[in-house]
Amino acid sequence: MVFYILKRILATIPVMGVVALFVFLMLRLSPGDPAAVIAGDYATTEDILRIRENLGLNDPIVVQFTKWIGQLVQGDLGISIFTNLPVTTLIAQRLEPTIMLTLTTIIFTIVVAIPLGTLAAWKQGSLIDRAVMLFSVAGFSVPVFVLGYILIYIVSIQLRWLPVQGYKSMFTDGVIPFFRHIILPTVTLSVIFIALIARMTRASVMEVLQEDYVRTARAKGQSEFKVLMKHAVRNAAVPIVTVIGLGIALLIGGVVVTESVYNIPGLGRLVLDAVLKRDYPIIQGLILLFSFVYIVINLLIDLSYTLFDPRIKY
Amino acid sequence: MSTQSDKVDFTTSAEATLTSRKDASLASLMWKHPSVFWGGLLLVIMVLVAVFGPFLTADPVAIHPIDRLKVPSADFWFGTDYLGRNVYSRVIYGARVSLVVGLAVAVVAVVLGLVTGLLSGYIRWLDAIIMRVMDGLMAIPGILLAIALISLSGATLFTVIIAIVIPEIPRVVRLVRSVVLTVREEPYVEAAIAAGTRTHLILIRHILPNTIAPLIVQATYICGSAMLTESILGFLGAGIPPEIPSWGNIMSEGRTYFQLSPWIIFFPGIALALTVLAVNTVGDGLRDTLDPRIARKM
Repeated sequence: MVFYILKRILATIPVMGVVALFVFLMLRLSPGDPAAVIAGDYATTEDILRIRENLGLNDPIVVQFTKWIGQLVQGDLGISIFTNLPVTTLIAQRLEPTIMLTLTTIIFTIVVAIPLGTLAAWKQGSLIDRAVMLFSVAGFSVPVFVLGYILIYIVSIQLRWLPVQGYKSMFTDGVIPFFRHIILPTVTLSVIFIALIARMTRASVMEVLQEDYVRTARAKGQSEFKVLMKHAVRNAAVPIVTVIGLGIALLIGGVVVTESVYNIPGLGRLVLDAVLKRDYPIIQGLILLFSFVYIVINLLIDLSYTLFDPRIKY
Repeated sequence: MSTQSDKVDFTTSAEATLTSRKDASLASLMWKHPSVFWGGLLLVIMVLVAVFGPFLTADPVAIHPIDRLKVPSADFWFGTDYLGRNVYSRVIYGARVSLVVGLAVAVVAVVLGLVTGLLSGYIRWLDAIIMRVMDGLMAIPGILLAIALISLSGATLFTVIIAIVIPEIPRVVRLVRSVVLTVREEPYVEAAIAAGTRTHLILIRHILPNTIAPLIVQATYICGSAMLTESILGFLGAGIPPEIPSWGNIMSEGRTYFQLSPWIIFFPGIALALTVLAVNTVGDGLRDTLDPRIARKM
């Protein structure tokens, strides 16, 4: 078991290496002088020189890479070109809203999607099943930001139930303002995720319901609720949890858009502002951070399979 | 004389059977998969709109300051934007960008993914390297990757397509590779190897045909998701440059005036959602008919 965990942790290293190499090469292999591209159209020669120095573009490429990796391993993501602050500081300032939005979204998704998917599988072919399937196809077709604007228009502008935009911290502004501001972004971001998870839950619960042990459980007179909860959902957990992990990539993309629609000062806004100013160290740092989170979450999910299914042993 | 009339009879009856058979298949499609029928119909309409757009509507970039931010009416079906441009014309022209991007991304991603996947699945020593690269690529959030690539290379139709293609490739590679790994154990491939067939011929003749059905299904999903990504990039201001109206950048320009004129965002949004929905339902239908093995699971 310990050996397996170690092996899995080691296996993530080459993947992270590929991500780092890709991010590194993206800037160096882009056409033209990257320092000039980043400096923009109105830059002076000094600006370009300063940026070239900042990014370490004067060294041979192998030296650049080793230096850069050495800093990365120590948690140094470089220095922002426009604010002259370390990228890690900028990230730390913007971390809270993004983490909160992601957490509320994951919780809301699980609370809604898994019961919906289970219900659809249980009443296969019924109106509920059709509604869930329709929702999961539609959820994949509506862009996050259009949904966001529709919600703002109906709930905030027409009904005036919730604030239009912005973010309030749970810790400094209080719990109620926090929830009033986070509800719409959470619902917006959850829709595509709910579509994905409900669909997967339906498929895997449907498969489990065909199993002999489900028939046995029913034959011995167990209530349908217990059959669904104890036998069906538990055994369907592994594929569902796997999809939640893979869906993290989708979620991260959605966070960028949702923060932009609702004017939430999180990491998504940080990366967008960085793109508009071509502040490459920030873009680079955030891509690395998000990829790292994705890899770690999927590693944890892989390792958690034994919790859900004791038949899986390492 | 009589022979001639016989001939005529023969051809008309043949035509009649042909058309009736066609009707039957369309009708059965409508009956068995109504969603696929309507999705396909909607898609055909969208393609026609994109192709014949210029004949249907006014100039999408003509500026009429006097008609700024007009509500939808008989003159301006979808209203006008902050420069007095006709939103209806812009939405019609936007269909072109969306469909071109969707189609181009699907084709390029499938071709690149197919070649890489075939090599990875069949050539053992390449497999480990290619799959690590694909794992790494999959870990990078697609939208961020696309935004970064575009911000470095400048936004044109071409760079937008490439930036959306790159994050889509790993999924195709994984799909093709999994097909190759199953097929290469089949007796007819072993027979071909035993008979001394060269590797590239085995790949093309025996393995490639097996990948086509799942790839067509995958291509439709990629097409749908590429159209969504394109609109998101446009919306974030990192997509197709504003001179070319695309659904994404129309909505991006409408953001500032949203409280006053929400239709600037709603109409292109509805057009986009309907088109992607159409593509996805056609994809589901293709999956059910071409690939019953997966269809059973989903």
